[in-house]
Amino acid sequence: MSHMLLAEAAKITAPSVSYHALAPILIVLGAALVGVLAEAVLPRSERYAAQLIITLGSLVAALVSVALLHGTSETTVSGALAIDGGGLFIQGSVLALSIVSVLLMAERSVDIVSPIVASAALVVGSPADRQLARSPRIQTEIFPLALFAVAGMLIFPVSNNLLLMFVALEVLSLPLYLMAGLSRRRRLLSQEAALKYFLLGAFASAFFLYGVALLYGYANSVDLPKILAAAQQSTKSDVLLYVGLALLLVGLLFKAGIAPFHSWTPDVYQGSPTPVTAFMASCTKIAAFGAILRVLYVGFNTTAWNWRPVVWAVAIASMAVGAIFGLTQTDLKRILAYSSIAHAGFILVGIVALSKDGLSSVMFYVLTYGFSTLAAFGLLMLVRDADGEATHLAQWSGLARKSPLVATIMTILLMSMAGIPLTAGFIGKFFVFRAAYHVAAPLVVMALVFSAIAAFYYLRIVVLMFFAEPPEHGPTIAIPGWSTSVALTLGVLVTVVLGIVPQPILDLAAKAAHLVG
Amino acid sequence: MSHDWTLVALVLIPLVGSILVFSLKEAQAKLAKQISLAVSLIVVVYTAVVGFRFDTGPNAARFQFQGSWTWIRAFGVHLAFGVDGIALVLVGMSVLLVPAVILASWNSLDSRAGSEEAPTPTGHRRSVKNYFALLLLLEFFMIGVFTATDVFLFYVFFEAMLVPMYFIIGIFGGPRRQYAAMKFFLYSLIGGLLMLASVIGLYVTTGSRSFAITDLIGRVPDTATQKWLFLGFFIACAINAPLVPFHTWLPDAGAEAPAGGAALLVGVLDKVGTFGFLRYCLPLFPAASRWFAPTVLILSVIGILYAAFLAIGQRDMKRLVAYTSVAHFGFIGLGIFAFTTQGGTGAVLYMVNHGLSTGALFIVVGLLIARGKSRNVDDYGGAAKVTPILAGLFLLAGLSALALPGMSTFVSEFLVLVGTFTRHKGLAILATTGIILAAIYVLYLYQRTFQGAVSEKVLKFRDLNAREILSVAPLLALIVFLGVYPKPVLDIINPAIKDTLTNVHQTDPAPTLGTAVGGVK
Repeated sequence: MSHMLLAEAAKITAPSVSYHALAPILIVLGAALVGVLAEAVLPRSERYAAQLIITLGSLVAALVSVALLHGTSETTVSGALAIDGGGLFIQGSVLALSIVSVLLMAERSVDIVSPIVASAALVVGSPADRQLARSPRIQTEIFPLALFAVAGMLIFPVSNNLLLMFVALEVLSLPLYLMAGLSRRRRLLSQEAALKYFLLGAFASAFFLYGVALLYGYANSVDLPKILAAAQQSTKSDVLLYVGLALLLVGLLFKAGIAPFHSWTPDVYQGSPTPVTAFMASCTKIAAFGAILRVLYVGFNTTAWNWRPVVWAVAIASMAVGAIFGLTQTDLKRILAYSSIAHAGFILVGIVALSKDGLSSVMFYVLTYGFSTLAAFGLLMLVRDADGEATHLAQWSGLARKSPLVATIMTILLMSMAGIPLTAGFIGKFFVFRAAYHVAAPLVVMALVFSAIAAFYYLRIVVLMFFAEPPEHGPTIAIPGWSTSVALTLGVLVTVVLGIVPQPILDLAAKAAHLVG
Repeated sequence: MSHDWTLVALVLIPLVGSILVFSLKEAQAKLAKQISLAVSLIVVVYTAVVGFRFDTGPNAARFQFQGSWTWIRAFGVHLAFGVDGIALVLVGMSVLLVPAVILASWNSLDSRAGSEEAPTPTGHRRSVKNYFALLLLLEFFMIGVFTATDVFLFYVFFEAMLVPMYFIIGIFGGPRRQYAAMKFFLYSLIGGLLMLASVIGLYVTTGSRSFAITDLIGRVPDTATQKWLFLGFFIACAINAPLVPFHTWLPDAGAEAPAGGAALLVGVLDKVGTFGFLRYCLPLFPAASRWFAPTVLILSVIGILYAAFLAIGQRDMKRLVAYTSVAHFGFIGLGIFAFTTQGGTGAVLYMVNHGLSTGALFIVVGLLIARGKSRNVDDYGGAAKVTPILAGLFLLAGLSALALPGMSTFVSEFLVLVGTFTRHKGLAILATTGIILAAIYVLYLYQRTFQGAVSEKVLKFRDLNAREILSVAPLLALIVFLGVYPKPVLDIINPAIKDTLTNVHQTDPAPTLGTAVGGVK
């Protein structure tokens, strides 16, 4: 038996690997491994600085290598990975935003040493846990975990092979499940978030895998281009194809936090440590949209008339859920979570366009939205009371009196999310809606109506901050450390600058708007 | 493509001033006021120079001082500025109001004597320099919105303009300011987003690679498409104007905004709506405009009568003035959608006059409220004996609002009614009764506040000081001047209106015996 297998194995030729095209992924994965080693080898006092250097250094190096790869358009590893303009743009966005997220994770000034707990597995409320809450002990595993997640996010949007895409999905998800449970304050909520995210995520992954199996049954391959070819030529019944695509989409829509697969979003966003929430809301979302773009544009391009109504429905559901349910929330993290659901719907409007413009508009949108939402979550870290972050809406009333700067920055970010002109959010919305207008004018009008509804809760925050009297025992504004300051500055700068001079990034997105099949 | 910097400089002066004032310290409130006033006066002088250089000759181009720079190449968006007669007179009116408002609000925030409201329980003082910086920022957007000749740029200014106004109402307004600011912003935002849908639709359906207004006129051939796109622009402008039934935000916003803010809100911001009708709705969608005209005319007449009745019944003085404005917008809508030169010219002159007259009215009402600390009419009475100067100016502003002959408002109202009568006799007659109602609400207001027995509270009032007189007297003087000699302004407006009507394919009906009025020459 075994010699037969060996004989079979001899026939498999090793695929050619274009290592330079994989450089960004390899750099991040390598650094993640080095980070694990550093955690084991270095003395505790030196770990923080070392991990920060490894993490930021590798992310910057990967970003540079992505920039150097510009113009590449090839498939490698037997066509399993497609390094093309679209993929590189998404990779670059993920890397840029993960750098900012890591800066938030590195915050040391606002809480006792760090917003990240040292020992996440302790039973909540036990004596050891209470002791931990007061101790200045920190652990730095979060940095290698983040690097693994980023590595998964880099592979996810460039996989032309569904099995590889599944592996990437798991690589990016597993560290996130852990990171969600690492909050220093409100431990129970954080553990609940982690468990919820893990269980629902596992279901979604199972759906995804089932979809891959059905598609394999239909096309005899898990490569997207071959599935496309099979859909064009096959005389078989299309049931497997559509059911397979539907199941595949369930998994992807779950990761992107799109209704009706959004129910984890508010709870997980609320429970996770805020820097991790920021990371999930920006990087995970971008990677997931990158994968959705690739699946729909490369694998199911010709069956668009069949899936487009589904994406319409999902987009409308997502915008409606995000805009309407967001109105009833009283916690800022949950409001931003619902806002992210609504924004996912707007992004889907661009995907419906199924054109070069649609592709570049989606890429532009996710980038700008990522920066705004990242900075907004970063700001939440600064407004604190004795229990940690003060995220209840009432605690933010009259904030402008205490800190005009924080209130002004938050207002700019919220205006961008609401799509007010002279912010990046407006340009993104305009671009997406313009791209979709040809094929989906009614959808665009609905999207505009939902943006108006969503604007209500953004404005409510502004009203509270500027027009209301501050409460008597209100929260205090913490002075952020250097890393958070840099992250916030970057987020706001991108939001404002891309609102006024968007042309360079628009050019970049237009140039990058192609996917190889 | 021309690169005339004239208008760019005009737009940028207030912006620079605003940034300068924002960057001052709270303790430098006095300096902030002085800088703001100086900047606003520089803008007035600069605008006057531009106005004198504006060519009104028979061969003059419609848009002058045009300058255009590429902004977002991917969308075909330009930073394009230019003025025609309509835009020029509206810019002139706007920049005149700003120094008046600055002068009138000089002490309204820092000294209790000048404040309109009782101090807040926490004793919190509102930031003085931010108020003046916001006023200048608003001026920047106002000039931008009138001078933009690129539809996208117009939209950007149209929406961005809401932000400073929102803060002016929300931070510096009356007790229900949160509600009013929110309502104002949401109404305008919904309108704005509908307009955005139309802007995108315009771009897609015309296949034009540019948003320049001159590239888009006459490019939407299909009437059905025109109707949809028209609705987007129309609803946005109708909310902004505000036309009945989209008006309900104005009384709240007008009442809660500080008097200076209210003067700019009703005087200028709302003109953007009617300006939008003339500049965008009519030329871009001529067939749709003709199709919708009867509806708009009827809504306008309803607005004139309905709002006038509501104004008569108001006890809150600022709400009253806000309702009178809704009625006046009815006249403007009537003039625009009558599609006659007299009507159109009258409507534009009406916009200018109304800006000046309502601005003046809000300022004098604000001055009265600052003395009595109440917006309620019943708290006053017999004030004319104590404060004769205030009473005189109040009466003058009031008379200009009711379009007394000799005031410029009379000229415009007359032109609008004549222009409407040549096409729609019934509507013109109905609208004319609005004049009588106007006399009732203005005189009734004056009578209740300034005539009759002197109430005890009123006895302590002090009359206007030189600064306060200076804030409103020039506006009233201009109203009287234009009432006697409106020709210079009419000469500027007329060619642009004729051009607009050509776009809508409308010519004036031949004069008949029924319309034996000289017309405007």
